[in-house]
Amino acid sequence: MTAVAMHGLCKRFGAVEVLAPLDLEIRQGEFISLLGPSGSGKTTLLNICAGYLEPTAGKLIVGGRDITALPRRGRNIGMVFQSYALFPHLDVFENVAYGLRVRRMTSREIAQRVPEVLRTVRMDGFERRAIHSLSGGQQQRVALARAMVIEPDILLMDEPLGALDRQLRKDVQVEIRRMHLAHPRTTLYVTHDQEEALVMSDRIAVMRAGRVVQMGSAADLYERPADGFVARFIGESNLLAGTVEKLSGGQAALAVPGLRLRVVGHAGVGLEVGARASALLRPEHVRPKPGGLAARVAERIFLGEIVALRLLLPGGVSLWSRLFGADVPYSDEIEIGWDDARVSILAET
Amino acid sequence: MRKRRIWTPGRGYLSLLILPGIFFCAFFIWPLGTVVYQGLFQPRFGFGNYATILASTTHIRVLMFTFRLAGEVTLLCLLIAYPVAYTLSRAGEGMLRVGLAIVLIPFWTSVVIRTYAWSALFQRHGLVNDLLVQAGIVDEPIKFIYNEVGVLIGMTQILLPFMILPLLNAMRRMDGTLLRAAEVLGANPVRVFVHIYLPLSMPGVTAGVLLVFISAVGFYVTPAVLGGPQQMMIAVLIEQYVTRTLNWPLASALATILLIATTLLYLAYERATRRIGGMFGAEAT
Repeated sequence: MTAVAMHGLCKRFGAVEVLAPLDLEIRQGEFISLLGPSGSGKTTLLNICAGYLEPTAGKLIVGGRDITALPRRGRNIGMVFQSYALFPHLDVFENVAYGLRVRRMTSREIAQRVPEVLRTVRMDGFERRAIHSLSGGQQQRVALARAMVIEPDILLMDEPLGALDRQLRKDVQVEIRRMHLAHPRTTLYVTHDQEEALVMSDRIAVMRAGRVVQMGSAADLYERPADGFVARFIGESNLLAGTVEKLSGGQAALAVPGLRLRVVGHAGVGLEVGARASALLRPEHVRPKPGGLAARVAERIFLGEIVALRLLLPGGVSLWSRLFGADVPYSDEIEIGWDDARVSILAET
Repeated sequence: MRKRRIWTPGRGYLSLLILPGIFFCAFFIWPLGTVVYQGLFQPRFGFGNYATILASTTHIRVLMFTFRLAGEVTLLCLLIAYPVAYTLSRAGEGMLRVGLAIVLIPFWTSVVIRTYAWSALFQRHGLVNDLLVQAGIVDEPIKFIYNEVGVLIGMTQILLPFMILPLLNAMRRMDGTLLRAAEVLGANPVRVFVHIYLPLSMPGVTAGVLLVFISAVGFYVTPAVLGGPQQMMIAVLIEQYVTRTLNWPLASALATILLIATTLLYLAYERATRRIGGMFGAEAT
């Protein structure tokens, strides 16, 4: 069932198009991340959904209702802000209860629902605490509870983990994912952090310069990125530039200057024979292979359970390889190879 | 949360305070001490002066009037300043600068001159009454001054900036996302104002109210010039004891009452801000 539908939604400021016409459907209970660098239009899209920005054109349907022209307060939307935006003069309970009081719910119902939602974010027992006495992570969870308790048609989150330190961010990511799986709620999550998007989302929309470049599951985006931009944005990547020599049956062969063999792999969209393209080789797929290409280990970087190797090939081509400690060769002169099924040939962007 | 390091001056720097310290003691602490001493010890030790004050209905009336008028002026200032500060807080940089200039320019003219300007405007045959009579709006000149209305108008005009500035400061520091958060939770503009905006502007309100009230209680020139005999404030009464009846001990006792009242108010303000400050965490301090 479609919970949110965007039809040709776009935003222009004068001549500047910050959001190109966008069509997007979000299923009931789906967790969608908008992933992209700053200026890619992801926050613009979120602000249009929340009603802080009016779209230049297009329609926004939420729960079967056209809410494009609806004021913010009529939208039934839950929003979690980067700064949490908790009311400093109210305690935890009153913060969470605010949306319910606005909806004229009886105090008996409020007294029942607030502790309930606080339990789901594991903040029960903090009802009477002042906001400033909570840690960043706790404030974040209260903000989440406040947005969820009103049973919104869609939950919007604007980089809500940005203010947390690294370890806490990881914990909260996993926790949000767990909560989402237990109580699926249609969510639009804005982030520039690929890891956040990978951990939490059902689908990710990668955005660039006001456009959705690619939309798909984390595995889709990682294994079959639409172009070099997506490949670079998600995960580590080796991108070898070259010229397309052959195209057939969804496979492409790329001639890379300095490399004696053709790089063969899954053909991306927009490829033409003779045109420039890049071969995407994920570092974990570049492995030692007896009888393969000769390579010299130029750098070894210890990253804990894995080791990153920078490999120099005779033609001057440089490749990164990431191997588990036990697979790392002792010698600096090695032979390497990769599985063609793991390679993607991507059009230049 | 990193703790802010507080700079503590070394011994050498503290010696810089010797001169101002001497000045402060000689021209503030010592005279103030003398005032309190006179009120308590002259003509003889005891609370005689205070008993005289409390026994006289005139004194009580003046005291009551002083505090009532200060309260009225404070309320008027708050009612006028709140919308002004609100508008300015939402204005752009250019408008804000112009607005602040308009608020602050009256400071260039002394209180005495502004008070006389009001009396020139509002006299029986002053500018305002002449215009009103000539325009046929009223037949008889309106009695604007030598009554409570005149004192109220004059004092409110003079004290208004002391209300606007703290309000503006609090409003400018307010986090706009809090208001947006309330909106998206479904609150209408009135609700957002009453439940979010108003409470968040309270630090400014308390600061402004105390500043204006404490200043108003001790006002002298404006009530003396614009008020009538019924509008005697405590400062005017003290002046009469000092210059006309030469009863300095009684004047001192009255001044001490004023001092205690303002001190108590200030302490209440301190407590209030600390409570509000605590509510807002480190940002508000």
